[in-house]
Amino acid sequence: MQNKPVLLTILDAASIIVLGIATYLALVFAPTEAVMGQVQRVFYFHIGTAWVGLLGFVIAAVAGVAYLITKDSRWDRFEVAAVEVSTVFFFITIVLGSIWARPAWNTWWTWDPRLTTAAITELIYIAYFMLRKGIEDPEKRARFGAVYTLLGGISAPITFMVIRLFRTIHPIVIGSANANQEKMSMTGDMKIAFFFGLFAFTVIFIDLIWHRIRLGSLEEKVEQLKLKVSM
Amino acid sequence: MMDKKTATIDSRPQTMNRPSSIVHRPSFVKATLAIVQKDLSAEFRSFELISAMLVFSLLVIIIFNFALELDIKVRESVTSGVLWTTFAFAGTLGLNRSMSVEKDRGCMDGLLLAPVDRSVIYFGKAISNLIFMLIVEVIVLPVYSMLYNVNLFRLDLLGVILLGSIGYAAVGTLLSTMSAQTRTREVLLPILLFPVAMPVLLASVKACNGLLTGAEFSEVLTPLNLLIVYDVIFIAIAFMVFDFVVEE
Amino acid sequence: MIEVKKLVKRFGLKTILRGLNFSVEPGEFVALLGPNGAGKTTFLRILATLSRPSLGDVKIAGHHLPADAAQVRAKLGVVSHMPLLYPDLTAEENLRFYARMYGIGNMEARISEVLEMVGLENRRKDLVRTFSRGMQQRLAIGRAVIHDPEVMLFDEPYTGLDQDASEMLDEVLRSVAAEGRTVVMTSHDLARAEDLATRFDILSRGVITASATQKELKQTNLLAFYKQALAD
Repeated sequence: MQNKPVLLTILDAASIIVLGIATYLALVFAPTEAVMGQVQRVFYFHIGTAWVGLLGFVIAAVAGVAYLITKDSRWDRFEVAAVEVSTVFFFITIVLGSIWARPAWNTWWTWDPRLTTAAITELIYIAYFMLRKGIEDPEKRARFGAVYTLLGGISAPITFMVIRLFRTIHPIVIGSANANQEKMSMTGDMKIAFFFGLFAFTVIFIDLIWHRIRLGSLEEKVEQLKLKVSM
Repeated sequence: MMDKKTATIDSRPQTMNRPSSIVHRPSFVKATLAIVQKDLSAEFRSFELISAMLVFSLLVIIIFNFALELDIKVRESVTSGVLWTTFAFAGTLGLNRSMSVEKDRGCMDGLLLAPVDRSVIYFGKAISNLIFMLIVEVIVLPVYSMLYNVNLFRLDLLGVILLGSIGYAAVGTLLSTMSAQTRTREVLLPILLFPVAMPVLLASVKACNGLLTGAEFSEVLTPLNLLIVYDVIFIAIAFMVFDFVVEE
Repeated sequence: MIEVKKLVKRFGLKTILRGLNFSVEPGEFVALLGPNGAGKTTFLRILATLSRPSLGDVKIAGHHLPADAAQVRAKLGVVSHMPLLYPDLTAEENLRFYARMYGIGNMEARISEVLEMVGLENRRKDLVRTFSRGMQQRLAIGRAVIHDPEVMLFDEPYTGLDQDASEMLDEVLRSVAAEGRTVVMTSHDLARAEDLATRFDILSRGVITASATQKELKQTNLLAFYKQALAD
């Protein structure tokens, strides 16, 4: 039986610690935003989860292509891990966004490009799980999954561009904002909380993916053993 | 009764080295056309697929009429949305049917046994599916125009609808080939297709809406460009990955 | 004509074929016999280029699989338990479609010839959906030989046929499909296999466990041989 790698245990501990620090920074350390007030603090986690969510979907598409080229089932496990973890983080992002949107825009939901794209992306990956569930042969499941993550990974950004043609009220946090858009400005302490949030969620993300890949290979071992017993 | 006759016809020498094979592997275009023609002649005999799509489309339009209270003012702004919803749903109906024809009697294996590139099968089926969609659209448009007293039979509108249908059929053919091989089959196709085809649907609605409300051409140009980009990218991807979807 | 060395096919973790060795000389008619789940259909699908080998070497008519699959397909005819025909097309149109997919020259003459061979020239303009199962299977044989293949693969061709239709099919298989060709057939029907084939291979648990030619079998009958092979 595989033992849990020491590095993974260390990463587990690190994840808990950075999550604690990020929580402190977001809720206590960062100054209260002048216009939006306390609720703006949700933003540090909102961005962190959104970042790793997107990262995971990009990784999944890349892993999918790698699987199609190499046919190595490790890429498939990596892809599943990335999609699964990202789907959860993306869901958290959407919930946190709603909590923020309620006082900020006076509505739980608005059909703005980012929100709508997030919802559609989430649906793409739910469809991905349904597709995988409907296929018996693991090799075919992996192949179809890889093709679908590739399609989803390319379609989502185009969806975003299309929806942007219909107008937006979402603030653009970093980078250039249009003059007519609400712009958020961050002070130094806010930036510390912001960037630490990104870092913390990246660590947690890596930790979870690692666990999921390990779970995947253990699952395969169990299947192998079952086959041996039934022989 | 037949073996005597056949014995004379088929009495070839036992030597296995036949001098010349009668197979001349067909060109890409010829084989693709063979598939398209096969689909069209089967369909024009039974009209199973097109009639189902048409009746369904009309029902959807009638439901929308009452659901949205399509009076003159509302009509203008929602027409393109109603049309594309109709096309999208009718499209999945056609895609499912077109693929189950291949799957049910093992005909897909027959196609895969032919000495042609896999992409021939993809393009053949995609073109057939596109033609079925276009036929339905060309019938629905004047009917809608009559029912709601708007002129939808315009060349610019038809152009946008063509571009949208190309993208939809391109992705739809790939995904219906996949969904036909799953346990849930027909149920799965719209779930797989709609989120991935979202850019096509939204850009088409936007562009058609622009045309119908008489917006400036520059406003229509952006969704139009996105449609073209989507069409090109997804045809290229489907072409590249189709092998992975049919191999075993 | 067909040479298979150490063929392995896996579906995920399940190994269906485990280092199978198999070879067929030109003109031989080999019946592949074996219990359900032994991997007969999987093996035939690999020979038919419909499935990829996981490991091992497969050579058909001088071409390697899966690298030269397209060349192999041009020389291969397949009859399975499904007819692979379009019910909304006529017999003639079905054949015409496949003739076009194989790029056959002088197409119309070849179609008439094939229809006559399988005894369906009177029904050439009829829709396949109106055909009986036996007629569909005969047309399926016509479809499979339209490009005059060197190698024929039959996968349980008798499935779903009654006694009369099976006998009719026997004749067509023998005279049209097998004549002058190399054939591999899978079947559950030992009696029919004994009648048609020149060699019998037993496939069990993913490998060929026994093989005997018709001559060697003269003394014992096929059923005894089959039981013996599976018992070992």
